[in-house]
Amino acid sequence: MRTDDLIAALAADNAEQPTPLARAFTVDGLVGWAVTALPFFWLLGPRHNFVASLGDPRFLFKFLFTAVMALSGLALVWRLARPNGVSGWAGKAVLLGPALALAACIVEMILVPENQWGARLVGENPWHCLIMVPMMAIAPGVGLFLALKHAAPGDPRRAGAAAAFAAAGLAAFLYAMNCPDDSPFYVGVWYLLATSFVVALGWFAGGRLLRW
Amino acid sequence: MRAALAGDAAAYRQVLSDLSPYLRTICRRACARAGLAASDAEDAVQETLLAIHLKRHTWDSSQALTPWVSAIARNKMIDAVRRRGRRAETDIADFEDVLSTPPDTEAFEREQEKQDALRLLDQLGGKQREAIEAVSIRGESLKDAAQKLGVTEGALRVSVHRGLKTLAALYRKAMP
Repeated sequence: MRTDDLIAALAADNAEQPTPLARAFTVDGLVGWAVTALPFFWLLGPRHNFVASLGDPRFLFKFLFTAVMALSGLALVWRLARPNGVSGWAGKAVLLGPALALAACIVEMILVPENQWGARLVGENPWHCLIMVPMMAIAPGVGLFLALKHAAPGDPRRAGAAAAFAAAGLAAFLYAMNCPDDSPFYVGVWYLLATSFVVALGWFAGGRLLRW
Repeated sequence: MRAALAGDAAAYRQVLSDLSPYLRTICRRACARAGLAASDAEDAVQETLLAIHLKRHTWDSSQALTPWVSAIARNKMIDAVRRRGRRAETDIADFEDVLSTPPDTEAFEREQEKQDALRLLDQLGGKQREAIEAVSIRGESLKDAAQKLGVTEGALRVSVHRGLKTLAALYRKAMP
């Protein structure tokens, strides 16, 4: 087949345009998040003292932290979705979440006497957090991977890791409503550990699944 | 390209034709650097055009076109080099005695002729291949081609689209 013939065939296939990227990301991302949110509210739901806790700055910090993770991750995925995509400012923005956690831990060290640090770090059930955050990240992760598959990331592994980071942030935002532990020690260590695991998985999965 | 993305087939064809010489230059240069045959360059050009087509919605129309096109070409050249690297390894083991004989010009010319072939089209099955050939090689309009093949215009359009996607998938599968 000559190149000119191929061009003729391509031009003949231009009547319908593919779904715009922004729509693919919005739809796939929201559907993925909803698929996680519905069973979460059905089976786990917000903790019993959720409303009473809304005045507690430690409790509110969890939502600030996870929302920053999710939004910075989404910004990074969006920037890495194109063949010539570069991370730019979004590459630095993803460090904001961990930096916030570190700052909150320092404040906690000042406020809380040293003999309570261990108990606050271990909390009630760190395994629940380590298992639930990755599990709840699956559906939003799959959604973002589908959107990336429709896109054409120049670096599939980094794009996959960014999608996983955003998915972990979205999952942790929901999970924080249920999780009984609010200390920044707990959140900084276990949430970030769960996120690192998901990101590593996204990195490998991206290399395998997101080539185009 | 903006008009092309709004559905203007003539403008689209023009853009792709205008891009081809540019792609040919970068692909030839990259092939020479990687030690690939000149025939691989035209394959890479066609693979790049196919990717440009299937991923045309990833171009941000507020940005320049060339960085996006170059990024796709670079991506496809990396694939071509990897693919070729693997093939070369097996080839050399199997044809050591052939390689030791002096190169004959006839074979070289045959190789040059293949420059124009999108070789993977041979692997494409029945309806999809027929559809792509009808709208490309014979240069017919969708309507005429559909009439000749005895299918509706919509069905032919779907076959062409699926065929092109299959071609891209075949390229990917040929990867290590």
